[in-house]
Amino acid sequence: MRVHLDYGICQGHNRCHALAPELFDVDDIGQAVLTNECDVAEELHEKAVLAAANCPEYAITITENRLT
Amino acid sequence: MTDIVHDNEAAPGPTGTGRGADYVPIFGDSPEGTDVWQRVPYNPDDYGPVSDFATDFDHADPSYNRNAPEIWKELREGGCPVAHSDRYGGMWIPITHDTVNEIAYDTENFTSRSVVVSVGRPGDLSLPAPIGGAPPITSDPPFHGMARRLLLPAFAPKQIEPWEPEVQRLCRELLDQMGEIVPGETVVDAAVQYAQNIPVAVIGRMLGFPAKDEELFRKFVHDTLERITDEPGTREGMDDLGNYIREQIEDHRANPRDDLTSYLMNVEIEGQPVNDDLVGGMVILLLIAGIDTTWSAIGSSLWHLAQHPEDHQRLLDDPDVMTFALEEFLRAYAPVTMARLVAQDNDFHGCPMKKDDWILLPFPAANRDPLKFESPDTFIVDRKENRHAAFGLGIHRCLGSNLARLELKVAIEEFVRRFPRFELAGDTRWSVGQIRGPRELPVRILEVAE
Repeated sequence: MRVHLDYGICQGHNRCHALAPELFDVDDIGQAVLTNECDVAEELHEKAVLAAANCPEYAITITENRLT
Repeated sequence: MTDIVHDNEAAPGPTGTGRGADYVPIFGDSPEGTDVWQRVPYNPDDYGPVSDFATDFDHADPSYNRNAPEIWKELREGGCPVAHSDRYGGMWIPITHDTVNEIAYDTENFTSRSVVVSVGRPGDLSLPAPIGGAPPITSDPPFHGMARRLLLPAFAPKQIEPWEPEVQRLCRELLDQMGEIVPGETVVDAAVQYAQNIPVAVIGRMLGFPAKDEELFRKFVHDTLERITDEPGTREGMDDLGNYIREQIEDHRANPRDDLTSYLMNVEIEGQPVNDDLVGGMVILLLIAGIDTTWSAIGSSLWHLAQHPEDHQRLLDDPDVMTFALEEFLRAYAPVTMARLVAQDNDFHGCPMKKDDWILLPFPAANRDPLKFESPDTFIVDRKENRHAAFGLGIHRCLGSNLARLELKVAIEEFVRRFPRFELAGDTRWSVGQIRGPRELPVRILEVAE
């Protein structure tokens, strides 16, 4: 699983940081920063999904890795 | 169609000094005789109570805030995604999440020059339109981004989190001040004795204003947000506050200290210091936006809990559920409806919108759209998927959302801990206008924590 954040859409609601601090930080002006651009560890999948499902601006998307 | 106000005797506007002819008191009242403020052709006496919200919408109708969720539902189910009214010189009201979202994002066709619907609106001469009287909420791009950038650092989570103990202390103090409580008998007003005092004290302390002046802020906020059909120039609270803020800025200049007012006085735009007008405008924004709104959210949440002991119990048994409950309070009882002015004639999904028509942006209605939320009229204390729009959508996302969340969370936590059971005890009086929440909320305390 990978998490994607569209920085152009984020308006700094900070919901992602509250729900998944392991994946999202907040910068000095309150905008979200994705701290994990790689594969998301399995134990954080639920939090990643939660963060995406609570973004009012639909700035977060999740993709599943392709099986090789 | 519109009458232009020529009121050369009018008192100074919100921050008084140094206003040029281009000054627009967006939140304020009709200013020092300029041609920029237009009286819209609307006399409430000609209309009377609303009989059909689809064609004669009025958010200042006494029945509106009390029954708003039912009104939105009826409009949606009646196939009316955008309601209309001839009141206030013409007003459109999107009800669905999609239409609210679309207008919030379209800053070309919809300007933020004025964000409170009233009988006065800024006219074409109200330059510089992109700035407005209380930036950045009244600003359009590109100035909006510059002004917002000034304030954002002061309201980022890292700056707000340290205020938690102070908010806690304040809430406990208010609860203590309720005096002796006899369970099953004592009735307290959760709005008047509790909710309304919290945000005003917090923002006053952040700005470094004397605590004794809170009543003045409240009057000002009330005048701006509720007395919307008063004639321009008659809302005296505006002038009092303008003079007051000017004094506070002077005092901070003489005695600089570590607070939000000093911070605002020291920020720069493109290397240039900001003038007192801009500082005053931003202070006004913080007072307006920071007081009535959070007070309303706290009150509505307690109103809900008074009627839903099962949700109250869940908060006590499982404090971690607050992460979700807080957002559900914000979704179901979002207090803030914003406004826009139509910037140019445009056809909005078949609605012939004319330049200078008002737009109400009811984010609370968007939050109850069944296309976006499952069982939208049901309060689900641990709702997992919740993309609510309580803090707006797009570039004007509430700047103080982190502070509002902190205050709402602590205020609920402290109240439910102190009073593990309480119920409604009489009529709730709801606000009038764009900010929805209880102004009087009598509750009977049934149990007091040891």
